[in-house]
Amino acid sequence: MTRPIPLLTVLLLLAVPLSLLAGRVWLDPWSTPNAAVILAELRLPRALLALVIGGGLGAAGAAMQGYLRNPLADPGLFGIAPGAALGAVASLWFGYAASAWLLPLFALAGAGGAMALLALIAGRSASAALFTLAGMMIASLAGALTSLAISLAPNAFALSEIVNWLMGALTDRSWPDVWLAAPLTLAGIALLRLAGPGLDALTLGEPAARSLGVNPARLQWLLIGGTALTVGSGVAVAGVIGFVGLIVPHLVRPLTDRRPSSLIVPSALAGALLVLAADVMCRILPLVTELRLGIALSLIGAPFFLRLLLRLRRGWL
Amino acid sequence: MSGLAVNEIAIRGRLNTVTAALQPGQVTAICGPNGAGKSTLLQALAGLITPTSGTVELGGAPLPQGRERARQIGYLPQIGEVAWDLSVASLIALGRLPHGDRGDAQVAAALAALDLTAFAHRPLSTLSGGERARALLARVLAGEPRWILADEPLAALDLGHQLTLLARLREAAKAGAGVVLVVHDLALAMNHADRVMVLDRGELAADGPPEEALASPVIARVWGVPARWLGEPGARALVCG
Repeated sequence: MTRPIPLLTVLLLLAVPLSLLAGRVWLDPWSTPNAAVILAELRLPRALLALVIGGGLGAAGAAMQGYLRNPLADPGLFGIAPGAALGAVASLWFGYAASAWLLPLFALAGAGGAMALLALIAGRSASAALFTLAGMMIASLAGALTSLAISLAPNAFALSEIVNWLMGALTDRSWPDVWLAAPLTLAGIALLRLAGPGLDALTLGEPAARSLGVNPARLQWLLIGGTALTVGSGVAVAGVIGFVGLIVPHLVRPLTDRRPSSLIVPSALAGALLVLAADVMCRILPLVTELRLGIALSLIGAPFFLRLLLRLRRGWL
Repeated sequence: MSGLAVNEIAIRGRLNTVTAALQPGQVTAICGPNGAGKSTLLQALAGLITPTSGTVELGGAPLPQGRERARQIGYLPQIGEVAWDLSVASLIALGRLPHGDRGDAQVAAALAALDLTAFAHRPLSTLSGGERARALLARVLAGEPRWILADEPLAALDLGHQLTLLARLREAAKAGAGVVLVVHDLALAMNHADRVMVLDRGELAADGPPEEALASPVIARVWGVPARWLGEPGARALVCG
């Protein structure tokens, strides 16, 4: 089922040029002073980063919902995003954030640590229930340690840096962030795509999936690896951005045949579109300071989540 | 040697040293009271449970693993879970996963075999219980397995749908597949199976043609219910008490 892919590709091809021009000051490539520099050094990397992060979060959300057979699953629930956030917070706490590479590397190390812990606890049994509980435990632990870091912040500047970073944003991001996040996210989406047939089989429950030749341990490794790369690299360069992985698969699902594998690439495209649009909204809203992307997406996501819950209660999902 | 066999398999707490060799082209029913180990035996035959001791063999060799096993053995679980509201055709196409192809011809044949062609693009949520059960069986048939192992495929179906499903399974057996069904309804097993295996508390209590394996003394011993069969072979009815 490839119907949504051309549609979303066309929408992206329209949205990207618009996003390059949009901002508190709308850019006219022919008359705005230094337009080429602004485009090449500020807006293009920012737009690409929005696409990369949104794509990764959308694909991870679709895969995670397929794996847990639960439409309310979000990749942020399973410890990898909080683990990456903890790593980034540690770098800010220790004052290493001045280096362009150290904060993302700490965040990736945090994501890797959360992934290793998740694999260690849940990997052997390959059970989705244990995977969920282990992920929630890791998320809770990472959240508690992040709060501890905030409460014991060495100075007001570090505290402000940590809190601002946790809100998630694409402000002032540049090409090195794109070079870091893009390959890792693409590799993650490739792993999640490899998991597609196994996720389809899992639609019928674990015993039927195994009877169709699915290796549950391999499937879980693909999921953990794919999610760690996509979500971890996203958190590493932009902070915590929630709800994309939850919302996007729901928006795309009616356009597909509802098999989890048919959802991964369209969710990546729709995630890219959503984060790009949300980032443009953050830039053009007439506020004193730019709205943080993480806050904007949570403001959109929370009512959407409530709507999902109400629909689920009525059995419509 | 294309038989599916269990050799003295034991599964701790559920099955105790069961030996049986099943033949293709036959419909075999596994019967027994609740907790007797029927589903466990079926899952062991499907390679989904590793026995504590003993072996499961296909064609005289150890049961293959992964996709190779999945191409040969189709398994229909007791709970007909489908997590997403797939179309009937998409559901049936899942049966082709072990083959790694779309299998359009096989999906179309499975749709036709279970009279579901008109429903191909309907979401599962719009089907009745009987139509859904047929779609789930069609998913197994689309994989063209040499063995069809189904755990209570007739449960919760009305008489007409039960007979429709049994007719399709009989056709598959006539075409050379081995069909193994867990069945609670003893009359269905008596009238439609070629062979009945009766399990009791994890042990094989009887194994043979239905008239022997489900004779009144066996029912009294295993189920603790005095019962007798009425009617002619192939059209028996069970009277209890």
